[in-house]
Amino acid sequence: MIHLLTIDWLLLLEKLVLIVIVVMASLVIAMYETYAERKIAAFMQDRIGPNRAGPFGLLQPLADGGKLFFKEEIIPNHSNKILFILGPSLAMLTAMMTCAVVPWSGDLHLFGRTIALQIADINIGILYVFAVVSLGVYGIMIGGWSSNNKFSLMAALRGASQVISYELAMGISLISLLMMTGTLSLKTIVEQQMVSHWNVLYQPLAFLIFFVCALAECNRTPFDLPEAESELNMGYHQEYSSMKLGFYLFAEYVNMFISSAIMATLFFGGYDIPFFNEAAHADWGNWLALAGVVCFMIKIALFIFLFMWVRWTVPRFRYDQLMNLGWKKLIPLALANMLVTGAVLLYLQHK
Amino acid sequence: MTTLTNRAKPVSRKPMTFIESIYLWNIFKGMMITLRHFFKKKATIQYPEQTRPFSPVFRGVQILNRDEEGRERCTACGLCALACPAEAITMEGAERMPGEENLYREEKYAAKYEINMLRCIFCGFCEEACPKDAIYLSETFAPAAYNRKNFIYNKKDLLIPDPKTEPEEYAEAKGLREISKKNK
Repeated sequence: MIHLLTIDWLLLLEKLVLIVIVVMASLVIAMYETYAERKIAAFMQDRIGPNRAGPFGLLQPLADGGKLFFKEEIIPNHSNKILFILGPSLAMLTAMMTCAVVPWSGDLHLFGRTIALQIADINIGILYVFAVVSLGVYGIMIGGWSSNNKFSLMAALRGASQVISYELAMGISLISLLMMTGTLSLKTIVEQQMVSHWNVLYQPLAFLIFFVCALAECNRTPFDLPEAESELNMGYHQEYSSMKLGFYLFAEYVNMFISSAIMATLFFGGYDIPFFNEAAHADWGNWLALAGVVCFMIKIALFIFLFMWVRWTVPRFRYDQLMNLGWKKLIPLALANMLVTGAVLLYLQHK
Repeated sequence: MTTLTNRAKPVSRKPMTFIESIYLWNIFKGMMITLRHFFKKKATIQYPEQTRPFSPVFRGVQILNRDEEGRERCTACGLCALACPAEAITMEGAERMPGEENLYREEKYAAKYEINMLRCIFCGFCEEACPKDAIYLSETFAPAAYNRKNFIYNKKDLLIPDPKTEPEEYAEAKGLREISKKNK
């Protein structure tokens, strides 16, 4: 039996607070992503977008959420009830779980304790991300399957095959990065980038492939085949209403936030402030950590903008184009990138 | 194949090269276009606050006119109803009684005057047909209503406010045309 006194209760409390903050923050950010999406879409189409609820329409997400809550909750008669409810819950859960390993910034020093701004610095951080992200597709699959609707089932199939094809390229593109860093811990990867250069300078092709695959993983246009409004009539969430639908839509935005965070961490130095030597300004203490959070958030915001920019530019791929791009283009490119990286690393070692 | 104009461009059927088939360059070009639109002036008009100016020949809801002393001009001659291609106008005439000279300009007036706004096509023939300058088309359109009955406009809806008792409302109704011209 573990003696109760040996457990660091303060650590548990500290982590609990951090979890609450991170989960709340990602929900709020996801809320305002919906607002940003509508605004950006409008601006790119020469419109103004929502501007009636509150100043500049800033209360629009609240109005949308309120609307979803008050809508009628419908569970189709012929659906599998347990799976039908499990679908959106799983989508939301997996979306939220990924943020556990993201290092938000350097250490804070409060009340004589060193608080790491990361829920769990596990040494297989990236592996964990991959594991959870690939669970995310179960939300789509289960939801589509249990709806007992042909369109939803088609969407579930598409979602599954899409994720399988793109996760492969994503993994291979990351291997070349991992060969350079030599670690799977996200925190260590960021710290390496703080002392040398950002990984994107060494691995631009890997970043590009990773970005394309991230679009596919998040089911964002041009890879939004599972929900393809015009073909599948909303796809896997066709039978969903009220907050269950809200969860699906919300999970997509949380996913986008998290994958932006992962990309910023892996390739763009995470909470590293560009053109600024953190080690020389260690006396800033907590302010340095907070500046890191702000910088990280700016990077994430830029990525989210990029996601939306792509969405409102590129039309949806056809299913065969999607498969072609995944299997015949991205995977060979990722493999080639991996081989070249390996060769260069070997050469540098034996020089 | 012969073409009608020299503007036709033949479609290239060449298979895509590897670089083309990863779409990146073309997507980048497209993204530049959307980015340009991002900073463009927006076409939106914030409707209830801003309105788009009507054209000077715009034909909206009819108004029954009064003269300077506030007397109704209409004499229920029925020419507007006759001219109306949609048969939207109905009216009933009545004789002016002694003591009503401040209400009606001529000896005969319209006791009932109705325009069915669901039938009206806003052609403006009524305005053209009227010999007394009693009806004209304003620059407002008929607001939405919940049932058909509310689309049958009677005299109460159509008559312009009295210039003597409600000069401001009268000026507003008269001036709609001028205001909208000013907006341009």
